[in-house]
Formats: sequence, C-alpha cells, structure tokens
Amino acid sequence: MLEIKNLHVKLEEEDKQILKGVTLSIGAGEVHAIMGPNGSGKSTLSYVLSGRDGYTVTDGSATLDGADLLVMEPEVRAAQGLFLAFQYPVEIPGVGNMTFLRTALNAQRKTRGEPEISAGDFLKLVREKAKGLKIDADMLKRPVNVGFSGGEKKRNEILQMAMLEPKMCILDETDSGLDVDAMKLVSEGVNALRSAGRSFLVITHYQRLLDHIKPDVVHIMAAGRIIKTGGPELALEVENNGYADLLAEVL
Amino acid sequence: MGAVSVKAEALASRLAGLALPAGMTAARETALARLSAMGLPGKRDEYWHYTDPAALNAVQAKPAALADTGAALFAGLDAVKLVFVDGVFDAATSDDLALSGVSLSRLATAPAGHWAQTAYGALESAGQSPIARPWAALNTAFASDGLLIHVTGKAAKPVSVIYLRRDDAADVVLHHVIKLDAGAEFTLLEQGPAAARLNHVIEVDLAQGARFHHIRAQGRDLGRHAVTHIFAHLGAEALFKSFTLTADGALTRNEAVITFAGPDAKAHVAGAAMGDGAFHHDDTVFVTHAAERCESRQVFKKVLKHGAVGVFQGKILVKKGAQKTDGYQISQALLLDDDSQFLAKPELEIYADDVKCSHGSTSGAIDDTALFYLRSRGVPLRAAQSLLILAFLADTIAEIEDETIAEDIGAQLEIWLARHES
Repeated sequence: MLEIKNLHVKLEEEDKQILKGVTLSIGAGEVHAIMGPNGSGKSTLSYVLSGRDGYTVTDGSATLDGADLLVMEPEVRAAQGLFLAFQYPVEIPGVGNMTFLRTALNAQRKTRGEPEISAGDFLKLVREKAKGLKIDADMLKRPVNVGFSGGEKKRNEILQMAMLEPKMCILDETDSGLDVDAMKLVSEGVNALRSAGRSFLVITHYQRLLDHIKPDVVHIMAAGRIIKTGGPELALEVENNGYADLLAEVL
Repeated sequence: MGAVSVKAEALASRLAGLALPAGMTAARETALARLSAMGLPGKRDEYWHYTDPAALNAVQAKPAALADTGAALFAGLDAVKLVFVDGVFDAATSDDLALSGVSLSRLATAPAGHWAQTAYGALESAGQSPIARPWAALNTAFASDGLLIHVTGKAAKPVSVIYLRRDDAADVVLHHVIKLDAGAEFTLLEQGPAAARLNHVIEVDLAQGARFHHIRAQGRDLGRHAVTHIFAHLGAEALFKSFTLTADGALTRNEAVITFAGPDAKAHVAGAAMGDGAFHHDDTVFVTHAAERCESRQVFKKVLKHGAVGVFQGKILVKKGAQKTDGYQISQALLLDDDSQFLAKPELEIYADDVKCSHGSTSGAIDDTALFYLRSRGVPLRAAQSLLILAFLADTIAEIEDETIAEDIGAQLEIWLARHES
C-alpha cells in the first residue's frame, strides 16, 4: 500500500535536514505505529506524505499503490485515498462543518470521475457516521472546529475519515489532548474503519493509544530515521524503559 | 496660493456652466452656499488623506466603458421595480409609482408644496458638522432626479431600484429622500452601474420604532467613479440596517453618517468589497450617539488583489449623556497578494462614562494552514481559496436579515470569484 524508501527531507526555510533516510513498507490492511522522542521527525513524515508546503525532498521516494505521492498536489493525494488526521485540527470560521464535509467528499469524487453524492444520501451518511462518534447535530452545524474542545476536534477528524473512506490513514498524535473516555471513543471510531483494504500509520508518543488501536508493527523513530522495528511488544518496552536504551543501542 | 483658494478655484471650474435644476429651490440654494464656503476636497484634507478626490473634482467625468453587469439581482423577490437610465427615472420600464403604505414620487417632478420640500437636504445639512462633506452639499444643490419616499405604515413589499446607463460618459447626481413615520417598515434595494461618475445621496429619517433595511449592490462596472452618502437620523427604538456589496469600480467612496437622536435605537452598517487591479474602495462611517442605550455596529470586509486599495475610516462619537451606548466596529482586509493594500483609521471619541465601545482592524493573507487543511481533504486549491474568501466575507452577509437577499448577494460573491480566479 504505502512504500517509503530512503526518504530524505529538509525544511525549506532553514536548510535543516529532518528526515535522513526513512524506509517503511505498509501492506494492505496493516496497522503500523511510529513512536519516537520529540523532534525525531514523526510529524514531518506525516506532513511530507500529505503534501504540506515548506519541506523539500532531497532524496528517496514515497508511493501509494505504486503511484508517486511526492509529485501530487495535496488534493490529488487525498483523492487517491491518503488521509491525515491532524495533531492540531484547524479551525475555519465561516465554513460550516456540513458544507466542509460535503465539499470535500464531492471534490474527491469529482477528481476520481465519480458522480456527486445527492443531498439526501449525504445527510443520511453523515448522521449515521456521526452517531457512532457521539457527534451531535449542533457540532455538525457549527463552523469547522471553531469552539470545539480538544476531544471534539479529534472526533471530528475521525468523522472526516469515516466519510471520506481513505485507504491509507495517517494519525498524527491523535491521542494528544484526549482524556481516557475521549481516547476510547476515538479508538473505537478508528477500529470500526479497520478493514482488509485499509491501512493505518499511527504516530504517537505513548503506548496508551496502542492499547486501543492494536498495531501489527511498531517502529521507533529517532533523529530522522527508523532505528528499530518490531511487534507490539516494542511499544511496551518503550513505555517501561523510555527511549534512552534504544537510542544507546543504535548510536 | 492658499489651500482655501485652491479649493474655491476647483469648485468654480467644476461648477462652471452648471445651473441649479428646478424645484426644491430654497434647499438647493442653501446647499450651494454651504458648498461655496467649503470648496471641493483636496488631498490635503485629512478626511481625504487616503482617497484622492481628483477624479471626482475633474470638470469632465472620465468615460467608463459599459461592462457586462450580468443578470439582475433580487429577481425572485416580489418588489416594486423602479428603473433609472443615466440618472433619469424611466417610467416606461418601471413599475407604477404605487405601493400600499408608501407615498412614492420623483424628485425631478415634485410639485411645489410637496412633503419633501422641508426634508430635502435637511439631514445632509445637519451631517456637515463636525466634518464637511462637500460632495453631499453639491449633490443637494445639483441632483437632477431621485426618489421621494414617505412610508406611513408597513410597506407591502420592497422597492427595488435598478440603475442602468447607456452613455459611457454619464455624469449623474441622484438624491433620494426617505421618511418613515413611527412604526413604519420599509426595505430599499439598489443595484446597477448608474453612471461613469456617480454622486449619490440618500437621506433616511426614521421616527420612533421605524424599521429600515437597505441592501445595495455596486457592481462589475470597472471604470466607475462614485461618491455616495447615506445620512440616517434615528428616533427612539428605530432600526437602521444597511449593507453594501461593492465589486470592482475605479473609485468608490461610500460614506454613512448616522445619528442616534432618541434612545434604544439600533444601526448596523456593513459592507463587502472585492477589487482586482485598478480598484480603490473607501468606506467612511461616522456614527454619533446622542441618546442613551443605542447600539451601533460597523462590519466592513474587503478582498483585494493585483494592487487594489481598500480604505476604512470609521468613527464612533459618543456624546455626553449617551450612557449605555454599545458601539462596535470591525474592518478587515484579505490581501490576496503583496501588491494590494488596506488603509484603516478606526476612531472612538467618547464623552460618556458608562459605555461599551470596541473596534478592531486587521489585514492579512489567506490562512495557509486552513488552505492546506482543506486541500488535504481533497478540495482543489482554487475551490479551497474561494471557500476561505467567502468564509471571510460571511460576517458581512450575516448582517442581511432576509435570507433570499443574503443568498442572492452570496451568489454574486461566488460569480465574482469565478471571474477573478487568476
């Protein structure tokens, strides 16, 4: 599904190398987690994959089902099935949540050459998906993320994911700012979307989230590289011992 | 040569060969006397610091080619449709001057003894202090036509005025007088290119509890030079709401001069302006709170690109004794490139001690983070930009109470954005 090879990325403005050769392969239906200390390049990886400005790829490649992601505009990547759940979902005053969802859904359909969804079908779909995430009619009517609590914002991200039905989902610190109940709700939302054809890359600092969203593979990232890959037990090891031992092992 | 004589000379050459039109003679003569004392504005006037009045001062109006102004707005609305062509009322294409609850007549044909004889120029004259507004005085003196509207009850439907022009050099002076009796309700809609050079005055006198709505669309004629004034006088518990959409135009100065004379009244003025290239747009507002517990609200937003210039001068004056005043003012510009500029001068002058007044002014580019967020969800760049521009202007549209009208205005914004994508 997602193939990242020897990816080197630097910050455009500072000429600072952030990713120094990331290689990662995620198969269809797999859930991979990336853990790592602050500043290791986890969020940069998610931004580069989704096409945010401000980064220059100096070497390596990233493909989604064989197609070169790095040459695509962000909206094309989205239409190809890539989705990033933001660490800090953006507030957009003046744009209603429903308008936002319908515009996004229809834009992706149009890019893929599919017909637009009818107003009636859209409403039905939103209501069904929102219900599971405990998102009420008021939240759907309000401007995108404006005045939402931390938990509401993250639930709104998962709602977008559920509506857009991407095949490759990147979750960037989706657990940050969530209390236990909200984390459970969000995790259930994610788990409900797990399927044979859909893959996940879960970026997190803590093992906690991985209790709820169980990964197949865990990677440890540090200083712009993946320094260790293993099974779910690797996350537990980090939780118990911190990153220091792992970093010492490699360096 | 002193500044005063420069202004007097500019006025003399501007008025050379012009004669006062017939009717409203006393008001016209006193307006001319006011104007002669003031002279025409110059760049040195503080009130004209950001907007160069040269094109308005010029003896001849600069011709402006007629643009395709698109389909008429408010077409789906049941309204009395009144048409002016090159500044002259066109009876042939207008509905009858008849509306239940309203007395409608023309300035150009008002007979002696008409009710508007005492009202014509009265609010304009009062609005000349503390700041001189020479174009408004010139308008009262030389207006060739306009509507005289006396509303005695709840008007059965809105009056929709459509300004058309045939002459590329049409130099037009229009003046409407609107008077609402106690408890009366009335909506005025205005649209159309009007003139190559337009000087427009509307005087609105609201008695106790009267409710007045005004929605204006100035649009799509690129070469237009216009100076407009709205003078509103609010009695107790009156409501005044005015919204202006400005799309394109070489120079547009819209002034609103609002005075609260009785307690518990509300006045909201809002404007959405969009300019691309040779566009200079100036919103100048002066609100005087001279009574207790009144609420004023100014909401002005501009979208500017390719060197377009936006100006906002907004003042809230709270007089001694106008306690519990609630004054609010916001002016914002979205600059779509580095060439465009927004010049804002917000002012508060307060002589009462128990008031709530606030103002804010910002200018900035489209939020990159929001843009990326939309694109990451699959919305293409252009569509994402348009969505964010419309979102920026949404606060002004929200000032329009009637949903059908608000939708019409919203559609105009979308059409403009589609025409100005690059």
